[in-house]
Amino acid sequence: METMFGIAVDGVAYGMILFIISVGLSVTLGLMRVVNLAHGAFAMVGGYVASYAAQTAGLPYGVALVVAVALTVLATLPLERLLYRRIYGSANELAQVLLTIGLTFVIVAGINYLFGPTLKRIPLPELLTGTVELGPKAIPTHRAFVIGAGAATLLGLWWLLERTDFGIRLRAAVDDPAMAAALGIRTERLYLATFALGTGLAALGGVLGAELLPLEPYYAIRYIVLFLAVVAVGGAGSIFGSAAAALALGIVDTAGKYLIPNFGEFFFYVALILILFRWPHGFFKGRTA
Amino acid sequence: MTSVAERDGKAGRMTRPAPLGRRRDLDWIGIPLIAAAGLAAYWLLPEDLALLTRIAASALFVLSLDLVLGYGGIATLGQAAMFGTGAYAAGILAVNWNNDPFAMLAVGGLAGGLLALVTGALILHARGLTLLMLTIAVGQIVQEVANKARDWTGGSDGLSGIDPAPVLGMFRFDMFGHTSYLFALAVLVVGLVVARRIVRSPFGLACRGVSEDPLRISAIGGSPKSYLVVLYAVAGVIAGVAGALTAVTSGIVGLDSTGFSWSAEALVMLVLGGTGRLYGAVIGTAAFMGVHHILAANDPYHWMAFIGLFLIGIVLFLPGGIVSGVERLGGLRRGKEGGA
Repeated sequence: METMFGIAVDGVAYGMILFIISVGLSVTLGLMRVVNLAHGAFAMVGGYVASYAAQTAGLPYGVALVVAVALTVLATLPLERLLYRRIYGSANELAQVLLTIGLTFVIVAGINYLFGPTLKRIPLPELLTGTVELGPKAIPTHRAFVIGAGAATLLGLWWLLERTDFGIRLRAAVDDPAMAAALGIRTERLYLATFALGTGLAALGGVLGAELLPLEPYYAIRYIVLFLAVVAVGGAGSIFGSAAAALALGIVDTAGKYLIPNFGEFFFYVALILILFRWPHGFFKGRTA
Repeated sequence: MTSVAERDGKAGRMTRPAPLGRRRDLDWIGIPLIAAAGLAAYWLLPEDLALLTRIAASALFVLSLDLVLGYGGIATLGQAAMFGTGAYAAGILAVNWNNDPFAMLAVGGLAGGLLALVTGALILHARGLTLLMLTIAVGQIVQEVANKARDWTGGSDGLSGIDPAPVLGMFRFDMFGHTSYLFALAVLVVGLVVARRIVRSPFGLACRGVSEDPLRISAIGGSPKSYLVVLYAVAGVIAGVAGALTAVTSGIVGLDSTGFSWSAEALVMLVLGGTGRLYGAVIGTAAFMGVHHILAANDPYHWMAFIGLFLIGIVLFLPGGIVSGVERLGGLRRGKEGGA
């Protein structure tokens, strides 16, 4: 029972981190149809900036978080103008894979050059280090914080896409970019804003998840398959699909590590093949925005 | 010019081979040239035979990826699954039953082809990200199986103790790698000839048609998916032979031979050389592994930065790889760019 509770808490927290990072990828993939293998690198950059801001510059956790997200978005916006804009559209798959792998390599090398190959930590404030009493159980505050942040991201994104002008334009452009442009929606700006949103979410996830996905230069390559799996199962562009896929994946992966530590990966990939064989466009495709 | 095409969403041309007639001159001298260059390297670089052997075996693997990607238009990050399966099959055969190098190649090719046939039939209905994920997943499963079947594969320690018999009973695999290199070079040249036959056959042309316009192929009565599955299986055979060749020449098979990063590296080598051109696979592999040999000796991160920038540059400025750059310089494509 104690184990089950531990699995549930850790699994949900892990799933929420996967969700925050992957949903950024899902939104950009859904709108711009770009398979962005550098998404994990963006999350890593966010984590490193936060680590630097908190440890070397001595900023408080909250400030470091905001600085990290803002700086990552600012640093990657030129990439959208210079690189990504040229490879939008599903006809460019191979170019997308190559360009974003290349970009990932460059970022990995750059991070190693600037920060060294050692593991980096983002020190948690005292407020997040204890435990929270939840009825008879106690869960670590950091896990609770991550779960809360994930839920807030989910609600915020839902509100943004379903209830705002921006969301209406974005959904229109996803459905038919040419028609949306003909109706006067400035798709180029929309792409830029969406790219910023996706990168910001990656950076946010990278900072919040530094305890669960440790920061080191190979982070960008190690976890990108996970993020892509969430998007492929959840369906590109689907927020609730990403959330469900990320949570399921997080819980299954955590349970696998606790209960059958030897075969976790194997079952994960078999499940992935079966799901994608049956639902090639993702399990949740076409149900929400 | 290319950037215009890309903005039109037509950069599928990266995967599209140039029309046949234009390349005919380069094509028939390509294979003898590669064989001659390989022999020249044998005389000129006797100290680096181990590296040259690895280049030859890897080039065969990249060639198989070229068939899948350059001629079939299948974007895959799991080609190493077939390579690793072939290598393990050959290694297990040599350790347990029969260490004849040709038997090892045959079994490796058979294993790679079978795996490609089965998985191809399962996954090739998908496109885009889904297909990429499926190919990655197949590779990871093969790696996980190889990791778990310790009794057969040696798990994470790798499968060692492969000691192939002399080629044709005459040429022993010496410790300086002379036999290894010449054997690998011979297999590579045979592979190139076979691949050239395949891409120039009616079947090869049909595959090319599928990659350019699957709808039209089905409209004239072809079945796009079955063409692709057969192509995938044929390329799987070649990848399996390449894996077996590595097992024969190096005497060891490691887990990373089935891994994601080996697939990705092969993709990089192919694109470096140029997709849809058989000798592009060889040139790209030689360039990649040669530079890697020099740069990575200092710091692997320098190598990553270099290859990353190179990839970005290739995608932006030279979508056809080194070979197309050379062709363009040579004026072979002059005046035909706009009409292509």
